[in-house]
Parts: sequence; C-alpha cells; structure tokens
Amino acid sequence: MALANIFETPAPGFNFDNAGRNAALEGLFDGGNTPKPMKTGTTIAGVVFKDGVVLGADTRATSDEVVADKMCAKIHYISPNIYCCGAGTAADTEKTTDLLSSNLTIYSLNSGRNPRVVMAVNILQDMLYRYHGQIGANLILGGVDCTGNHLYTVGPYGSVDKVPYLSMGSGDLAALGILEDGFKPDLELEPAKELVRAAIQAGIMNDLGSGNNIDICVITKQGVDYIRPYRESQYKDNRKMKYKYRPGTTTVLTKEVVPLKLEVVQETVQKMETT
Amino acid sequence: MEKHCTDSRVKGVSTGTTILAAVFDGGVVIGSDSRASVGEEYVSSKTINKVIQVHDRIFCCIAGSLADAQAITKAAKFHLSFHSVQMESPPRVMAAASVLRDLCYKNREELQAGFMTAGWDKKNGPQVYVVALGGMLINQLVTIAGSGSTYIYGYIDAKYKPNMTKEECLQFATNALALAMGRDNASGGVAHLVVVTEKGVEHVVVPGDKLPKFHDE
Repeated sequence: MALANIFETPAPGFNFDNAGRNAALEGLFDGGNTPKPMKTGTTIAGVVFKDGVVLGADTRATSDEVVADKMCAKIHYISPNIYCCGAGTAADTEKTTDLLSSNLTIYSLNSGRNPRVVMAVNILQDMLYRYHGQIGANLILGGVDCTGNHLYTVGPYGSVDKVPYLSMGSGDLAALGILEDGFKPDLELEPAKELVRAAIQAGIMNDLGSGNNIDICVITKQGVDYIRPYRESQYKDNRKMKYKYRPGTTTVLTKEVVPLKLEVVQETVQKMETT
Repeated sequence: MEKHCTDSRVKGVSTGTTILAAVFDGGVVIGSDSRASVGEEYVSSKTINKVIQVHDRIFCCIAGSLADAQAITKAAKFHLSFHSVQMESPPRVMAAASVLRDLCYKNREELQAGFMTAGWDKKNGPQVYVVALGGMLINQLVTIAGSGSTYIYGYIDAKYKPNMTKEECLQFATNALALAMGRDNASGGVAHLVVVTEKGVEHVVVPGDKLPKFHDE
C-alpha cells in the first residue's frame, strides 16, 4: 500500500481493483442506473468471397443519445494481410487491436514470416479469456494468408468461431438478415462489396446506434483496398465551420458613455520583506 | 450484444446442447448437434463444431460456456501432446479424460463447462469417459449430456445394446441426436458424428434436413 502523498507509477496491464467495488455497488442500486462505459453502438459485417475477404462498418460513435464521432474508424489494421472490425466498448476494441498489431509485427520481424489469421485469433482468444469478459470487445477478424481466406469472430469472453459471413454490434440482426439472404459461396468482388454495403445499410437504417458513412475494406492476396468512406450518408449538413464575424456586421444604433466616480474609503499599507 | 444476454446463467456464448458417446464392437461413436446460443433467445451460430480432436484417436465433446470449453480443450491438447512426447507413445483415453478432469476440478469455481472424452487406445480398446461440471470422472459404455439429453434418456436406456456393429451404432446415435434436437430449443443445426476405431477416424455430418423424422408433421 502506498502512502497518499507519494505518486507510484501504475503497474503495467489492466487494473481490475474496482471490479469488486462495482459488483457491490450494483447491489446497492437495486436495479437502478449504474454508470456505463461508452460503447460504439455499431454495425460491422464481414464476408468471405472467391478471392479474399470483405469487411464493412458504419462510422458512428455514440455517447448515450449524442453522436460523438461521425467519422469514426472501426476497421483496425492488424497486419498487412489482416484487418479487424470492432464492436463494443470503444476503448477496449482500440487498445486490444493495437496490442495485437504490435505483437504480430514483432513476431513477423523475429520469424521472417507473415502472420497467419489463425495465429491472430489464438492470441486474441487467450487475451480475452484471461480477462473473463471484463474487456468488452466483440471482434470480426478477416484476412488472407498462405492457407486461404479466413473470417473469424471473437467474443468478449474468449469464444471463437470460424464463419463464411458474419455481422456484429447493435445493428447485427438487421445486417444478418441481408447476409443470410444474399450470401453465396465464392462470390465475385463487386457482388461481395455490394452485399456488405447493403448489410451495413440495413444496420444504419434500423438501428439508432449506427449511422453516417459506410467504410469497406477488401483484403485479397494482391493487397488491401481500404475504402473510407465507401458510401457517404445522404444526410449531410452544411456547416460554416467558422463563427467569427468581421467588425461592422452588427450595426451600432446608439452609444452612451457613463464615467464611474470612485471614492477612496480606506487605505492600508502592508510591508513585504523582500530581502 | 448485451440485449441478447439477459439472465443466462452462462455468460457469453453457451453451447446449450446435446452430446453423446457410445461404445460399439471395435470402436466408439461420438456426436453432437451444432447450435451455439447467447442468452435464452439468440442462436449465435448454427454450425459450431463441438466435437474436438485432442489427439489422433481421442475426441472430446463440449457443453456449457463456449469460451471456457475452448480454453480448456486448448490446454488439454497441449498437455496431451507433451505427455505423448515424453512417453514416446500415444496417450491413453484415460489420460485425456484425467487432464480434462484436473483442469475442471482445480478451477471449478470459475469454469462452467462439461466434457465427454471418447477414443480408442491399444491397451483398453474403445472407451468413453464423462467429466462433469465440478470435475467428476466416470467411465461408461454410453453417455449423454447437455440440455437436450434430458429428452433422450428413455431412448438411450431402451435402445442401447453393448457390442453393436458400427452401422447399428451410427444409426442409434443419429436417431438419438435427431430426437433431442426435435424437442430441445437449445439444440439444433446439423449432427456431427465421429467414428473412432483402431484403423482410423471417420467424420460423418448429417445435415438438418437429412435427419430421421419421428412423426414430424
């Protein structure tokens, strides 16, 4: 235990000291409102097609009812051949994917090999399982490596599933309807992009937490095409962005100057020692 | 995702499930459904694989929390493969079951997963072991587990005979899974069956529409 007046550098890693306190507090509130971390109400989707993987996401980040970020990037870079979409707590998805990306880069440099998607999935699974669901990250990992095109989902408790198409986030059910209807194995590039776009569009239309633009990321053996934004929202506002007005914009009608007379009531002198 | 997980006892994705394993003359049949659910109402996967290979002739079926089960089977695979390198021979089915039992028992407070281990080894031939939630280990000829198993206890008790042929046992397992999937809402999808014998391993997948029908008008 440190003394209150000494600043200790925090221990590395996550600190769950408050988890016990939070659990106890929830009991006190008796089903009332407990403070909640910020989430990206979101729609993310992924589809495996003939030559690779297409990942898509909306770009809205919300803080309760206010849209905090209209052009939030939810498709994160993991390695040159692997990208990851994240839903859930915004900070958790950012940091988890950053950690994964640095670890994989070090591994690549050490071994001289490009990382495989299944390796990224295993690292993520181990990490999320170790934290028993405290890290609120629902991730869709997609990539192309020497063994083929892969799409995986990783849940916050550390469960993993390998799938040909998938959607996550608050708009997942709306998007899943479109994917279930339109998915066929071995799609071509354009139909696959259109399918993902339609799925995210459904999420945006039917979920309040998703909206604004659609980002698409196409990963193939040849390379990555990160199209941001793929489709812009039709509902754009015209903002001036500059709220400074030049002098003279407002007309001056009258001017009156009133001098204030001040009377000295009391005077005290305090000597200062400046030796 | 939170709106899907309301009052489930298992946090996250769970395999409310039907799994079974049975010994026949010369091998074992181990099988499961393929549904994974979140909360009481959302099917998060229709095609999850619950029959996991932990060694060349040893398979494991999982029930309970998917995250816990996947983590445990990973650890078990590692331990078994290390054990078999040290012993310079394939591990016994009993060894695989013990590894799982140790992991389940030592961490029984935190874990919510149950297993069935089945396989073939040179010393004892085909065997089936069940490792329950708290870490109990029992050797049986035929065993069922998971939420859907309650609907087929009668069928298993009536129809299982020791020393069946491979075809009879496969039909028995398919029927049992079909009956359970027909009555349990947390089980469904396709039926995954694996047949392990001295000669090798055979994986049979029966899609939902090819499952036997029992008065399903």
